[in-house]
Amino acid sequence: MTPLTPVITAHWDEPDYFTLEGYRRFGGYRALAKALTMEPDAIIGTVKDSGLRGRGGAGFPTGLKWSFVPQNDGKPHYLVVNADESEPGACKDVPIMMANPHALVEGVIISSYAIRAQHAFIYIRGEVPQAIRRVAAAVREAEQAGLIGDNIQGSGFNLRVTVHSGAGAYICGEETALLDSLEGRRGQPRLKPPFPATHGLYAVPTVVNNVETIANIPWIVNNGVEWFRQFGTEKSPGFKVFAVSGHVNRPGIYEAPLGITMRELLDYAGGVRGGDGTVKFWIPGGSSVPMLTADHLDTPLTYEAMAEAGTMLGTGTPMVFNNTISVVKAVTRWLEFYKHESCGKCTPCREGTYWITGVLERFEHGAGTDPDMKLLEEVCGQIAGRSFCALGDAAATPYPAALKYFRDEFVLATHTPVDETFPPVAGYVFSEVAAR
Amino acid sequence: MSELTAETRAHMVELTHRYPEKRSAIMPILHLAQSVQDEITPEAMQMCAEVLDLTTAEVNAVATFYTMYKRRPVGKHHIGICTNTLCALLGGDAVYEAVSERLGAGHNETDVDGTFWLERIECQAACTHAPAMTVDWEFMDCQTPASAVDVIDRLARGETVVSTRGPAIRDFQATEHTLAFPDDGLAGEGGEADAIMCAGLTVAKERGMSAPPAPAQGA
Repeated sequence: MTPLTPVITAHWDEPDYFTLEGYRRFGGYRALAKALTMEPDAIIGTVKDSGLRGRGGAGFPTGLKWSFVPQNDGKPHYLVVNADESEPGACKDVPIMMANPHALVEGVIISSYAIRAQHAFIYIRGEVPQAIRRVAAAVREAEQAGLIGDNIQGSGFNLRVTVHSGAGAYICGEETALLDSLEGRRGQPRLKPPFPATHGLYAVPTVVNNVETIANIPWIVNNGVEWFRQFGTEKSPGFKVFAVSGHVNRPGIYEAPLGITMRELLDYAGGVRGGDGTVKFWIPGGSSVPMLTADHLDTPLTYEAMAEAGTMLGTGTPMVFNNTISVVKAVTRWLEFYKHESCGKCTPCREGTYWITGVLERFEHGAGTDPDMKLLEEVCGQIAGRSFCALGDAAATPYPAALKYFRDEFVLATHTPVDETFPPVAGYVFSEVAAR
Repeated sequence: MSELTAETRAHMVELTHRYPEKRSAIMPILHLAQSVQDEITPEAMQMCAEVLDLTTAEVNAVATFYTMYKRRPVGKHHIGICTNTLCALLGGDAVYEAVSERLGAGHNETDVDGTFWLERIECQAACTHAPAMTVDWEFMDCQTPASAVDVIDRLARGETVVSTRGPAIRDFQATEHTLAFPDDGLAGEGGEADAIMCAGLTVAKERGMSAPPAPAQGA
């Protein structure tokens, strides 16, 4: 059985761990002291060797991303932390920022030093003021302690850190949309290439990394590549802050090596809650990755094994649904989300999400038709790979996966409303009956 | 509604100093404007445009893109109920129905005296705490229809309601001010991570599990 391995989460039950003093009591900022004695390129090399992959969803190798930043080009460089966590099902960056903001801040300082950035931005979604307060307070404490500012710890390295509040837009989790938003524009994605590594914020070299990715950096620098590679697999090294939600008895944050299985995570989370006690479907990392079923509970949660199973690790935040849940209803609700969040820039996504949602709602009311199923497949096919950014591809993801595993339910929804087949009350996690 | 003052303008200018290019301050500036006026008004967009050397059309384009900026007064409290798939199917739909009935308001509507604004919100990154609700964007986790209505009742009576992972509820405009200027002294509220955020840590301790120790270091 794969053990739980709390690293980033190891001291979250300490009353003051989110403060500088609390964080330091457990070794905080030792990695920064070590990093400042290293050459920036050596840090990039260490992160490369560690094999750390981006924890925001795409899994791109972090060190490699950093190495794309041209050095000695005479331009300012920026580090931008993507803390816009808005993916349905993803709820691990906000807890990290609330419980361990200094790991993020320490990671920001080290990462900025490595890529020669003198200004870093932490772009946090606006709907989570307590996370924003915690990160802003951590930055202020670090400034007061001389860990951010001019000539940090006598190293000659200068850094400013700006905490930025978003204002409600899922699309800003897409890195180029985030950059446009941070420049003060509507958050709409940019054409790539050029990539942010050369033309990012204000068109200069920029690294955009996820919160959890950056929070890994202090441990990698402090404990070394060998230690880090004890966790996980060759292609998916390290530990992961898994957020397990849905129909489980103990939903929450579970930190474990990559490669742990959903069955193991379920065991730690107290098993399936409600229904007949079985998993009907689950999603490994946000609604933008295809769903899996009980047949996949023993598939390792790694980037490579998830890809082999036809899905993605994504944000590594599994959502579990028991047998009381209508797949049709779940998918319809996700599509309503993508429709709401489509930025409108490109036609396939803007129009496609509108039409998919409309057709899915017919199924929800038991009025879908056989040709509708084909139509949905076609529309999804016209979005996937043809939209401007990954949000469009994401919107085209839930339906085909649902159809693959649960075609019967769509057939059923051609004559029977889903709320009749699957009474919603059966899925609720409280016993009080809704007043109507 | 409060007027935008010279002080507001000064704060807007102060926000521009955080960024290499001042246009980047548009989002905190709009949060600040909303903290003063409870909505984004044409005069706020005008002032923002002046401070940033933009046209009002450019400011309008941004102000209408992001859902947290409102074009009508929000009232004293913003009530958000997550009805994205996971929260909805775990009971969020029933929570929303109950609160909607209590307030006599639907999505993006206020109650009759304009005190509460109700909104079906998208994923709040609180799925482990489903069904999730927010009051003035502070977390009100793990709701039931009755508990959510009780929150509304207590707020309506002027009683103190404390966020499940944050400070005592103030009002919508106060939160908007925090989004512009996060150093409001409330960062420590809510204390350490709650039981749900510590779920894995707790199991690990019960079962004697831990990460491999750090290698011995010279430094």
